[in-house]
Amino acid sequence: MINPIVSANELVKTYSKGLIALNNISMVVNKKEVLVVMGPSGSGKSTLIRTFNGLESFDSGELEVVGITIGTDPEDRKVREIRKRVGMVFQQFNLFPHLSILENITLAPIQVQRKNRIEAEDHAMELLSQMGIEKQAKKYPIQLSGGEQQRVAIARSLAVNPELLLFDEPTSALDPERVNEVLDAMRKLAQDGMTMVVVTHEVSFAKEVADRVVFMDSGKIIETSSPNVFFNNAKEERSRKFLNQIIK
Amino acid sequence: MKGLRSLYIQVGIGLVLFILFAVLINNLSINLIRTNLNFSFKWLYRPASFALAEHPLPYSPSDSYAWALFIGWLNSLKVIFISLIISTLIGFITGIARTGRNPLLKIIAASYITLIRQTPLLLQLMFWYFVGFLSIKGTLIFPNERILVLSNQGIKIFGDINLTAEYSSLVIGLTVFTGAYIAEVVRGGINSVPRGQWEAFRSVGLNENSGVLKIIIPQALPAILPGLTSQYLNLAKNSTLAIAVGYADIYAISDTIINQTGRAIEGFILLLLSFLFLNLIISLMMDFFNEIITKYQKV
Ligand SMILES: Nc1ncnc2c1ncn2[C@@H]1O[C@H](COP(=O)(O)OP(=O)(O)O)[C@@H](O)[C@H]1O
Ligand SMILES: [Mg+2]
Repeated sequence: MINPIVSANELVKTYSKGLIALNNISMVVNKKEVLVVMGPSGSGKSTLIRTFNGLESFDSGELEVVGITIGTDPEDRKVREIRKRVGMVFQQFNLFPHLSILENITLAPIQVQRKNRIEAEDHAMELLSQMGIEKQAKKYPIQLSGGEQQRVAIARSLAVNPELLLFDEPTSALDPERVNEVLDAMRKLAQDGMTMVVVTHEVSFAKEVADRVVFMDSGKIIETSSPNVFFNNAKEERSRKFLNQIIK
Repeated sequence: MKGLRSLYIQVGIGLVLFILFAVLINNLSINLIRTNLNFSFKWLYRPASFALAEHPLPYSPSDSYAWALFIGWLNSLKVIFISLIISTLIGFITGIARTGRNPLLKIIAASYITLIRQTPLLLQLMFWYFVGFLSIKGTLIFPNERILVLSNQGIKIFGDINLTAEYSSLVIGLTVFTGAYIAEVVRGGINSVPRGQWEAFRSVGLNENSGVLKIIIPQALPAILPGLTSQYLNLAKNSTLAIAVGYADIYAISDTIINQTGRAIEGFILLLLSFLFLNLIISLMMDFFNEIITKYQKV
């Protein structure tokens, strides 16, 4: 049997002031699966996916990502091994403003994977044309539109050939007319078989691309359903209330 | 009512300043007449007739005052330049450690910064000179004679570079002091970089050290440079405390010359001009760096 890419068991995380951000989370992400995470603001979605690549620690429970087990007091070496194999795309893009687009993408392949520059740049150009922005390679982040910056961020996370991509509200900071170019790029990735965990409120994207939808509230997973069930016939009262609010 | 009172105060302050200034000018002219000295710089060509322990260029007491002053200048530059480089290194390393994740390094950095910033520089210089060097009995060898030897004569590096105890304690004192201030400037700069940049470099797999060096510091530099410039200017000015440990810098030599010749006015004018010049150079240099960085960031 094939092991899941992520497997979390009874994860608990409390922030300093006693606020429970993750309350007994157990879940798996399977290979080639697209998992969409939804839930009201402050429900713990970001915290959850950030534990998957070690940006957040947790207080108790078990977590295995790409075959590596990390505990509550993870070793740096293991966390870095996971980060080399898991990409992350942020709401605010977080491109490196002092590096060109090409340098943003080749940084990790050259510094972390010790690839040679030519090879890394060739791969980066390939990724940029896959994202439809190969003309911007020599520019700097500030010269690009939000949608283009986010596509660069996706290319940057793909540059190390990750086994899993994490997206934290990748279209929330975009102008409405720029949302689709980013979602389209993500659709293509999904078609190519990339394993993805996507925190988003884009209902049409979730309906079309997600294999499963996870609904969170107050640090708990309330419901995990196929998009068909979730959007038409959600099992839980809280899910239906949330959907009423976002769909209007 | 209020306007009237502030008017009185202003007039009062003006009057006091005027009287002070008048007394000063009066004293000056009386002194000049009494000592029979006219304002002139001709005395600069007379022999200095004092010896100097340290001189990067040939010097003997029969050389002119002008040459002695120039030697003093070089001695000052020798201290300022080296201290500038080493304190920058200390400052960056400490500032980075202070914002880093290693708790032990963090505590060490914080204690160093606090200790140094809470005690006067003069005291620290005296400490390095009298406790650090003059109290050494015999020689201290690290790890053998060809690498580093400490004695009450100063420091001997690689067997053939000799630094006097005066020079060494001055450089150590100034670098340790300035380093602590630069560390705070660096910390402020690092904290001005958005948290997302740390998350981004971590999530692409960079380790903490390369992330800080390649991603955080370049973005912190624009915020660091102005503070760094003022620390460099302070360093140059503080170097005049050399006189406390008997190092012959420009100030110490000017002081001797003024005592010998009575040319206080001319001496201080030269001294002021030389520091003005030095600090202008430092400011221009930093402006130049600033321009490079901002240009590079805008592209
Ligand atoms: N660094 C932090 N310190 C304290 N509380 C935090 C921190 N980050 C998030 N939280 C809190 O944890 C809860 C979950 O946050 P988050 O995971 O960001 O939710 P979501 O992404 O679903 O909006 C929120 O109540 C938030 O205020
Ligand atoms: Mg969030």
